[in-house]
Amino acid sequence: LFFILFIVVVSARTYADFTPQASFDIKKCDVHKLEEGPPLQAVLTREEGLQYYRTMQTIRRMELKADQLYKQKIIRGFCHLYDGQEACAVGIEAGINLSDHLITAYRAHGYTLTRGGTVREIMAELTGRRGGIAKGKGGSMHMYTKHFYGGNGIVGAQVPLGAGVALACKYLGKNELCVCLYGDGAANQGQIFETYNMASLWKLPCIFICENNKYGMGTSVERAAASTDYYKRGDFIPGLRVDGMDVLCVREATKLAAEHCRSGKGPILMELQTYRYHGHSMSDPGISYRTRDEIQEVRSKSDPISMLKDRMLSNNMASVEELKEIDVEVRKEIEDAAQFATTDPEPPLDDLCNHIFYNDPPMEVRGTNPWTKLKSIS
Amino acid sequence: MASLRCFLRSGKKAVTAVLRREFHGTPPAAVQVTVRDALNQAMDEELERDERVFLLGEEVAQYDGAYKVSRGLWKKYGDKRIIDTPITEMGFAGIAVGAAMAGLRPICEFMTFNFSMQAIDQVINSAAKTYYMSAGLQSVPIVFRGPNGASAGVAAQHSQCFAAWYGHCPGLKVVSPWSAEDARGLLKSAIRDDNPVVFLENELMYGVPFEMSEEVQSKDFLIPIGKAKIERQGTHITLVSHSRMVSLCLDAAAVLAKEGIECEVINMRTIRPLDAEAIETSIMKTNHLVTVEGGWPQFGIGAEILARIMEGPAFNYLDSPAVRVTGVDIPMPYAKILEDNSVPQIKDIIFSIKKTLNV
Repeated sequence: LFFILFIVVVSARTYADFTPQASFDIKKCDVHKLEEGPPLQAVLTREEGLQYYRTMQTIRRMELKADQLYKQKIIRGFCHLYDGQEACAVGIEAGINLSDHLITAYRAHGYTLTRGGTVREIMAELTGRRGGIAKGKGGSMHMYTKHFYGGNGIVGAQVPLGAGVALACKYLGKNELCVCLYGDGAANQGQIFETYNMASLWKLPCIFICENNKYGMGTSVERAAASTDYYKRGDFIPGLRVDGMDVLCVREATKLAAEHCRSGKGPILMELQTYRYHGHSMSDPGISYRTRDEIQEVRSKSDPISMLKDRMLSNNMASVEELKEIDVEVRKEIEDAAQFATTDPEPPLDDLCNHIFYNDPPMEVRGTNPWTKLKSIS
Repeated sequence: MASLRCFLRSGKKAVTAVLRREFHGTPPAAVQVTVRDALNQAMDEELERDERVFLLGEEVAQYDGAYKVSRGLWKKYGDKRIIDTPITEMGFAGIAVGAAMAGLRPICEFMTFNFSMQAIDQVINSAAKTYYMSAGLQSVPIVFRGPNGASAGVAAQHSQCFAAWYGHCPGLKVVSPWSAEDARGLLKSAIRDDNPVVFLENELMYGVPFEMSEEVQSKDFLIPIGKAKIERQGTHITLVSHSRMVSLCLDAAAVLAKEGIECEVINMRTIRPLDAEAIETSIMKTNHLVTVEGGWPQFGIGAEILARIMEGPAFNYLDSPAVRVTGVDIPMPYAKILEDNSVPQIKDIIFSIKKTLNV
């Protein structure tokens, strides 16, 4: 009898019972040369929450699947995974528009997704197949979509590129901005300071974002930087330090930064304090320079997906079953994508020399020996 | 009455035309234009033609250009289109590449190509390779230009030739003009090209005037990238060169003509893609080859040309081994006597030709 009663109660709940939106306290951001930081409270609607949850979970599962495929030697070369940092990519995208621009370094799978790529084409790129987002010719570090400029392998080089995109935004007068990401390791690069200077001089609409995950490969921030206050390193550029594990904090900070840029005030800098569960890349177990305890502590206390999930559940914004349902759907999407990525054929050899030049007539390319003449088309 | 109409049509050009009519009585309004002015006019016309084109670099705006190549452009087009940068090559080259990725058509000036080494990662890894890495999703329509190679008395760090370095890399087009006509036609083509183009100028050529026909003066005069030009027809030997060395080849040819040796002088115009066919066709006629370049010998332009000739149909037409005339394999010294002996001179070219011809 009790059992029947329970079933009735459960099935009687409808979606109309859920809280449509709620306000959450978010951590105060430290500010540098800014009058005030983002508000201390963020409003989250049910739809937004479900969408952020789904996207973060998709990134998480996609990266874990990539880990699996790498260990099976189906993915080769470099593979830098983003699990743990999901709130950054999702929070940033929530604070800008798809018509804005974004560029990052090599830990780019999450951004490829938030910028419009599909799991299928991302995974097929990792496995080097013709259905990959770059037809298998780029690999993990060289994925592109509309208004997303990669995926860049040379540490720090993407920062001047991003400021250049911002220059184009200003030049063309379309009220767009460029989000320009780099890590704590890259933050010491000279070209980044060159970029701060020009972006500031010319008031480029550029949001510089340092994803500080505490380690540049195997070197902790204390061992690499004389000043680890990355949000202040822009000196004359206003900055804020943000809790990068909280998708709402990231979103609110991004909104503030976007507003700053769009109002013509020039660049702004955000430091997102975040964490990567994996090592630097798949070649790095990630435990020689940090303890398993540290990793475990972050997982249990600050996981971005858990944080969002707890918030939504405790405010009755979603049900456990609903979120489980999303998990199942995500898992299926990843499985399908992995299936595609492992069965899609590799690019045809005919494609070897294509895409050297854009908008050019076909040309000949020397093969490995003088008798081999290969064809290249745009 | 014809001269009055001319005068009303355009200022200085018309005056020259009028003078010519009086002295020579020849109709076409050819003019004398320095390489510098040719570059300036080409940029001016392309800036006017396409709003997305802009110029950035050190001293390009208010200083009128370190070598005055961009004289008058800032006054005409303003801060938005002619941008003075701080002395931060890696930064501004990267910014230029990013702007090209996002839809603009930048001309990025390096005060000399020696300074491009600071930014070479952006030229190669960000510009040249991107279209390929993205499998055609992301193109980079940018021109990197500036003086290349030896100048006069500027010593080792300011005298290197980068033709071989950039010519090595797929994804780049590398162009090396000699005359004013080359400068004009190739720069226009480079700016209109949707791909990264490295445009190697030469400081010692900036002030040299060349005759420019009316056809060349037209706003849509373009020289195709990848096609060499035969500057002088000959039958006994093929000389292949680029940039300033073309002048020396022509001078050597003039001297040798008096001795009955007729040199065919090929102006490469483009380093990459290299017009091997033009060279091969010439060798099949002359049976001898000497390449002449200002840069260092090892792994250089001449080395590539010789390798290609070895591998191709022209090898069987050579009556003697092809040789290279190059800069001396040392950093550039300062003292004039030393500097003069570090780069090919006319006598070196003549010597090599005679050795090759066994005369």
